[in-house]
Amino acid sequence: MKTTAKLAVVALLACLPVAAEAHRAWMLPSATVLSGDDPWVTVDAAISNDLFYFEHFPMRLANIGADEDGGPAAGAKGPKGKGGPPGRRGGRPADLVVTAPDGSAVEAQNGSMGRYRATFDVHLKQKGTYRIAAINEMLTASYKAGGETKRWRGTAEALAKDIPAGAEDLRVTEGHNRIEVFVTSGKPTDTALKPTGKGLELLPMTHPNDLMVGETVKFRFVADGKPAPDMVVKVIPGGIRYRDKLGEMDFKTDAEGVLSFKVEAPGMYWLNASLGDLPSTVDKAKRRVGYVATLEFLPQ
Amino acid sequence: MRIAITVGLSGAMAAPTLAADINLNVEIPRLSVAEYHRPYVAIWLERADNSVAANLAVWYDVNLRNNEGTKWLKDLRQWWRRTGRELTMPADGLTSPTRAPGKHDVPFAGASKPLADLAPGQYQLVIEAAREVGGRELLRIPMQWPPKEPINLTAKGEHELGAISVTLKP
Repeated sequence: MKTTAKLAVVALLACLPVAAEAHRAWMLPSATVLSGDDPWVTVDAAISNDLFYFEHFPMRLANIGADEDGGPAAGAKGPKGKGGPPGRRGGRPADLVVTAPDGSAVEAQNGSMGRYRATFDVHLKQKGTYRIAAINEMLTASYKAGGETKRWRGTAEALAKDIPAGAEDLRVTEGHNRIEVFVTSGKPTDTALKPTGKGLELLPMTHPNDLMVGETVKFRFVADGKPAPDMVVKVIPGGIRYRDKLGEMDFKTDAEGVLSFKVEAPGMYWLNASLGDLPSTVDKAKRRVGYVATLEFLPQ
Repeated sequence: MRIAITVGLSGAMAAPTLAADINLNVEIPRLSVAEYHRPYVAIWLERADNSVAANLAVWYDVNLRNNEGTKWLKDLRQWWRRTGRELTMPADGLTSPTRAPGKHDVPFAGASKPLADLAPGQYQLVIEAAREVGGRELLRIPMQWPPKEPINLTAKGEHELGAISVTLKP
């Protein structure tokens, strides 16, 4: 790609939320189905080309049991994470929200931010299904001033203050992205999977920790709490490095927002969807919502 | 056709060791995908034992700052293993920017390197393409060097490469 084209793409992508950025954003749990008395999972979070190899950037996450800059947690020995590892991106990190089987919020532990991945642990003290989500909300804008294209990022309150009235070609995008994984200790439960009504969400008809090859999976998708009909959902099997074809599968939700599909090979899969034109509460803004889930399909 | 053969023969008789030219045409397919990046492409000549006889071309993101485009060269995994990892990038006369979807003429003059130094023998012309967040494909076209007469060889890719045509002229 030519530099000019690349710059244009970078500029364009700067307006888009994380999931729609160049490369792929994902989390990968060490296990999705667990038994025993005291299970833990370790979760990797990264932005990469190949799935699921951390080879490009760590996912910037707040609340992973490290300080805001990705350094050791407050009180820990060693240098603070000021600046973080090289190659880290700026901007506000995504919020990590871990929901326990009873619906309560749980803290992640032992977080660290490396050059290629963020990683954290979740102690599964309750039986049932946990929802682990990285949520990124941002307001971006572009406009013309003095013949130059200006870019802006901030809060709804700051928007009116920062951008001159009557700015030409003003485009405001309110982005919401959810990147999530599900893990279950013991029997799958549904409490943690209740919709929040914000952004694009997957509501299980088939439980996301009960997926087997050759069986039809059904998920209902909602955008800001409303059904997402006729939406394209892309599913890509992991292990891209060891095959020549990407193997991307395109599916579509039906008139009620229900997605039905099945896969033939076991493994981890990356599921991705986005919608670009929802009504926004911010004046003159377009709302763009994105969704990513990493799903494990087990052999029969 | 007759003219072509005559020219070929006279050329061979006049100077049997005179280097021939390779005129390659490479098609980069237009793909309908959510995120498209032009593929990295490597073209080389391989001996029967898979060793590299000549590096012909490497198309990659040569213009990124700090030489960052080299990060994905290893995705041309055969080329990388056979020869890429031995080289310093960018390399004069070898590397150039990635190309847009469409057909591209890629001529190699017999009088200049690396063809000028190529020993007579049986080779495979290898074309490998790897696309960021996409797939990878490799094609091999057997060829005799130097050609005894003008000849056109073709191959067709399935997903990352389109029609490939190789014209050899003595």
